[in-house]
Amino acid sequence: MHISPDQTIFWQYGFFKLNATILFTWALMIVLAGGSRLVTRKLSTGLERSRWQNLLEILVTGIEKQIEEVGLSEPRKYIAFLGTLFVFVAAASICTVIPGFDPPTASLSTTAALALSVFVAVPFFGVEEQGVLNYLKSYATPTPMMLPFNIISELSRTLALAIRLFGNIMSGAMIVGILLTITPFIFPIVMTMLGQLTGMVQAYIFSILAAVYIAAATRVRKPKPQSMQGVAA
Amino acid sequence: MDNITIVAVASIVIAGITTGFGAIGPALAQGRAVASALTALAQQPDASSTITRTLFVGLAMIESMVIYCLLISLILIFVNPFWNHVIAQTAGK
Repeated sequence: MHISPDQTIFWQYGFFKLNATILFTWALMIVLAGGSRLVTRKLSTGLERSRWQNLLEILVTGIEKQIEEVGLSEPRKYIAFLGTLFVFVAAASICTVIPGFDPPTASLSTTAALALSVFVAVPFFGVEEQGVLNYLKSYATPTPMMLPFNIISELSRTLALAIRLFGNIMSGAMIVGILLTITPFIFPIVMTMLGQLTGMVQAYIFSILAAVYIAAATRVRKPKPQSMQGVAA
Repeated sequence: MDNITIVAVASIVIAGITTGFGAIGPALAQGRAVASALTALAQQPDASSTITRTLFVGLAMIESMVIYCLLISLILIFVNPFWNHVIAQTAGK
């Protein structure tokens, strides 16, 4: 039994290994980017539009609305980052219906990379919105006493983001694997469906949490709605 | 019992205990969270989108505790870091 797709190695040349994680990540990236490219090649502004354009419009406007509800008043600025996170994680868990596909998010390297990009993006957007000094001041917000705790929380929530996504997706795949060895064939199918549901919820949560963190880092200058800020801690 | 048996027994037993006990608290917490969310939904159906979103995020945060425990169990069973150490020690003897 393998615990992560990192251990499935397709091709190896010296130090360089092509494992399932890299292969499926690139496959997903190519499918997502190429598919979007194909759909957006001929867009229509009229009432007649292709069904794929409809799908993309639903996706983009839906993500935009969610980002706005979290408290970021200009969702267009952040949709490139947050939307990509959501679409990638969601596509990775949807594609588990394809036989032989290991979701790349079941590997700790992928989720750590995603969490690190959130870790970098939060100060980036914060500095862009508030300026360097104001952003750094926000680390000492209630009192300067809180400085170490704010820094620790920044690090620990990055760790939690990575471990949460990894644990959920990996345990879904592993439960299916264990059930395949001990039960008739129908139960793993049910668990796969449950895993897909978990995967979608996790994709939503990953991107919403990233949005909440960004909203917390950018909010000081403007008054923002209070809906989600209790969760940011 | 030799060293390998002790490590194996300890790992397996602790793996079970970790997930078992680790699931108790978050299960109670999730039950409470869902119950309060349902009450809030019944009282204010208009705020359903906000309540649902906050509920999902909160549930994920609670659930991550179980996931940490599960991760520790899986590490103990499948990629136990103490195995290599003990086996190397026994082989060196």
